[in-house]
Amino acid sequence: MKEATGIKEIIKPENLAYQRTEVLVDNTLSYCPGCGHGTTHRILAELIEELGLQSTTIGVSPVGCSVLLYHYLDVDIQQAAHGRAPAVATAIKRLLPDSFVFTYQGDGDLAAIGTSETIHACNRGENILIIFVNNGIYGMTGGQMAPTTIPGMKSSTSPFGRDVKTMGNPLKMTDIVATLDGTYYVTRQSVHTPANVRRAKKAMRKAIEYQKLNRGTCFVEIVSNCPSGWKMTPVESNKWMEANMFPYYPLGDLKVPSEEKGK
Amino acid sequence: MAKIRGSIVVDVEKCKGCEVCMVSCPTGTIAMAKEVNSKGYFNAYPANPELCIGCASCAIVCPDGVITVYKTKI
Repeated sequence: MKEATGIKEIIKPENLAYQRTEVLVDNTLSYCPGCGHGTTHRILAELIEELGLQSTTIGVSPVGCSVLLYHYLDVDIQQAAHGRAPAVATAIKRLLPDSFVFTYQGDGDLAAIGTSETIHACNRGENILIIFVNNGIYGMTGGQMAPTTIPGMKSSTSPFGRDVKTMGNPLKMTDIVATLDGTYYVTRQSVHTPANVRRAKKAMRKAIEYQKLNRGTCFVEIVSNCPSGWKMTPVESNKWMEANMFPYYPLGDLKVPSEEKGK
Repeated sequence: MAKIRGSIVVDVEKCKGCEVCMVSCPTGTIAMAKEVNSKGYFNAYPANPELCIGCASCAIVCPDGVITVYKTKI
């Protein structure tokens, strides 16, 4: 392995402060430079390791950029048909109630073709964790406009910006599922700065713990960037996301369990 | 007072040069290399290693998980 190292005297096993978790296997991620998917994969893998869930975790991967989830996480993964991950996860959780079941979906999968599965799984209150990575675009197929594309945002099929008069309004899936009785914990996070990564990890840890207690659907949205689809550098795309995506998709908890309120 | 010193190790061949670690580093330790790795990316490297405090911000935010952090008190 070719390495670029800092001060060599400090690099000893007893001084180790942070290293990549072993649940995230050694394959190079297929994502573009700076993509939030990699960070989201890593915090999920770290939580699986920290909570000792590696042997009991079953993930459901979507269609989209993150379709290759099974290449990167060293846990059981089932690939679902486009948008049907919550339906597949429902069956897995009902048949194997002791396992930790999550779906990992992008906005093209969860908010477009899979809208009905998502809403109904959340409404039934299936005891699964849904991780929703929202970058406001169809990243894998070439940056076309998605239901989550914000007004005025340019994409390859809305080159002059999304005009809500002719193209409709963006779909705020997280706000919709927060209104359903079946969901237990609904939150929106991001992973573009160290502080946000820590908050997102904390939210995801809560969601995993609620699943252990059979509380109902937990829904974690990660507002992410798509440097290739947005035609920006990763750092520019993170700034653009802060300036434009966050006012439309404000970060924070949308639905907090009643016993957690006031804590 | 004990001083905290850190050191990072970057897996050069897996780095995609997205620069997210560089802007996240509170001390300006990290910079991008002038030469590319085998995939053609300008990888991150500790340009000012003596400034590193081992806070692991770079490793936490790295999308590809290529940074390992070591930390000690001296």
